[in-house]
Amino acid sequence: MSDETPTPTIDGEPEIVDIWLSGTEVPPTDEGAQEMAEEEPEARLREQLGSVVTDDYVDSEVAPEDERMIINMGPQHPSTHGVLRLQLELEGEIIRRSKPIIGYLHTGMEKTAETLTFAQGPTNVTRMDYLAPLHNELAYSLAVEQLLGIDVPPRAQAIRILMTELNRVSSHLVALATNGMDIGALSMMLYGFRERELILEFFEKTTGLRMNHNYIRPGGVAADLPPGWRRDVARIVETIPARIRDYDDLLRENPIWLSRTKGVGVITAEECRAYGITGPILRSTGVDWDLRKAFPYSGIDRYEFDVPTGTNGDVYDRYMIRMEEIRQSIRIVEQVAETMPKGDYRADDRKVTPPPRARIDESMEALIHHFKIFTEGFRVPPGETYVAVESPRGELGCYLVSVGEGRPWRMHIRAPSFYNLQALPVMMADTLVADTIATIASLDPVMGDVDR
Amino acid sequence: MAARSYPSNFLTTTIEKAARWARTQSMWPATFGLACCAIEMMATGAAHNDLARFGMEVFRASPRQADLMIVAGRVSQKMAPVLRQVYDQMPDPKWVISMGACASSGGMFNNYALVQGVDQVVPVDMYVPGCPPGPQSLMHGILTLQRMIVQGEHVSSGASS
Repeated sequence: MSDETPTPTIDGEPEIVDIWLSGTEVPPTDEGAQEMAEEEPEARLREQLGSVVTDDYVDSEVAPEDERMIINMGPQHPSTHGVLRLQLELEGEIIRRSKPIIGYLHTGMEKTAETLTFAQGPTNVTRMDYLAPLHNELAYSLAVEQLLGIDVPPRAQAIRILMTELNRVSSHLVALATNGMDIGALSMMLYGFRERELILEFFEKTTGLRMNHNYIRPGGVAADLPPGWRRDVARIVETIPARIRDYDDLLRENPIWLSRTKGVGVITAEECRAYGITGPILRSTGVDWDLRKAFPYSGIDRYEFDVPTGTNGDVYDRYMIRMEEIRQSIRIVEQVAETMPKGDYRADDRKVTPPPRARIDESMEALIHHFKIFTEGFRVPPGETYVAVESPRGELGCYLVSVGEGRPWRMHIRAPSFYNLQALPVMMADTLVADTIATIASLDPVMGDVDR
Repeated sequence: MAARSYPSNFLTTTIEKAARWARTQSMWPATFGLACCAIEMMATGAAHNDLARFGMEVFRASPRQADLMIVAGRVSQKMAPVLRQVYDQMPDPKWVISMGACASSGGMFNNYALVQGVDQVVPVDMYVPGCPPGPQSLMHGILTLQRMIVQGEHVSSGASS
């Protein structure tokens, strides 16, 4: 760092430049943003209002202007999985261009994270990808733990894997349910939600809530598994694979299902790499990429499982991959339940995790620690980190910057749905308008994850 | 003079009461899922909880066919005009349920992005607490609204507009 470069400070805290300037010498300014705001407001407004479709995709055989029609789909549409809005440019029944418009669920969570302590953080991130709340919490907690440099006891790690893999099953069940419903296989909707209830019951028993659990926290998990958890898990492990077989019988060779999904919404591995697309969509193109294998977290490498891949990169392959991933996750859950270690469910670090309830009655220090953790939180040493986990939708990463205070200086979530949504114009270019719904459903986007 | 003969069973009521009863028994919700609460709303309609028991399983994709808007989730500043438009497209009489903490008050997100309570945009008849409210909570909210309508305690917020 040269002497000329001004060192940006935050509230008199020096050396912030060391933390976030890993790539650039000069701190970024907002000049570019201001210029853009001055030049483009009207054009942008027109675009937002839907009177023009702007896109850099140019088709070689563009039909005459009067033969094309722009239709607006969403944001309030039953099959866009939340508040996604699409502008489709049609030539007859064929989509020539499409453009997803996002931001209808923008909640400002990354900004909110800066006002919450590290201990409160999971409450916030759990509401992002609301179908995989535990994965959000895990990514955040791993990032905080990495900055703190603390280790998590083996039992906490095993509980985390157990819960996140069950969460993957419940998320994929919703994906199958909505995918089926959108294409017209209405029974899938009822079946998917029925099986999901089984898992949610266990979640409610363990965490207190059906969704948005705030269960995985920096330092471990909020509470130990409830009494009788083995029976509940055994019931899930017994029930789900049998039901999945039933769905496979229902759909795998169903001619309507096949004709609606085979060869629809095709994407190639190169396009996936170019757009940063991960998860079942990438794997459906035949790429064997799963963060659980590539960068194992929470000791998931201790368990045996396979990563299913497809070949064609179409809706059908993605459906098959989700089915197989449910089976593999159940396999992991089975192994975790068998080998669940004994011990503490959170780190024995009184500066980070609250003391056990009984200790508060006996010890003044325990009471003080408890009070401090729940009022001002704990301080995290300065630094930046990026930790990613494999969520049901792909690489879910948490980028965290701390300047040594009780709250993050910046938190960013690499949301898999946001990146995966970029695939939509690629998949839908020059396809039939009727396949739009199948394609969107197979992406399984969660708008809370996209907009945050 | 010949005695008049009546059918053996009949009821008397007022037009108003009959109308209230009819409205209550076929309240069709518009699908207005926004965020986490939408998943619980879907779970309410699915097999396990089965909203069909109360004549309400017909989630209408078109607001023109719906009587009840369940605002399920957080309403962003960008979504608020859309929400109002959907509400305006619904025919009278119409009701609004604000589902969950975010829709009711902004919840934990007190920031630039969210409307701090959907009642700033549309009149709300029933608030369902929770984050997200479970299917039982939502059903309780709906049934309470139904009871209020049938007993005439409740004047529809949309009827006067």
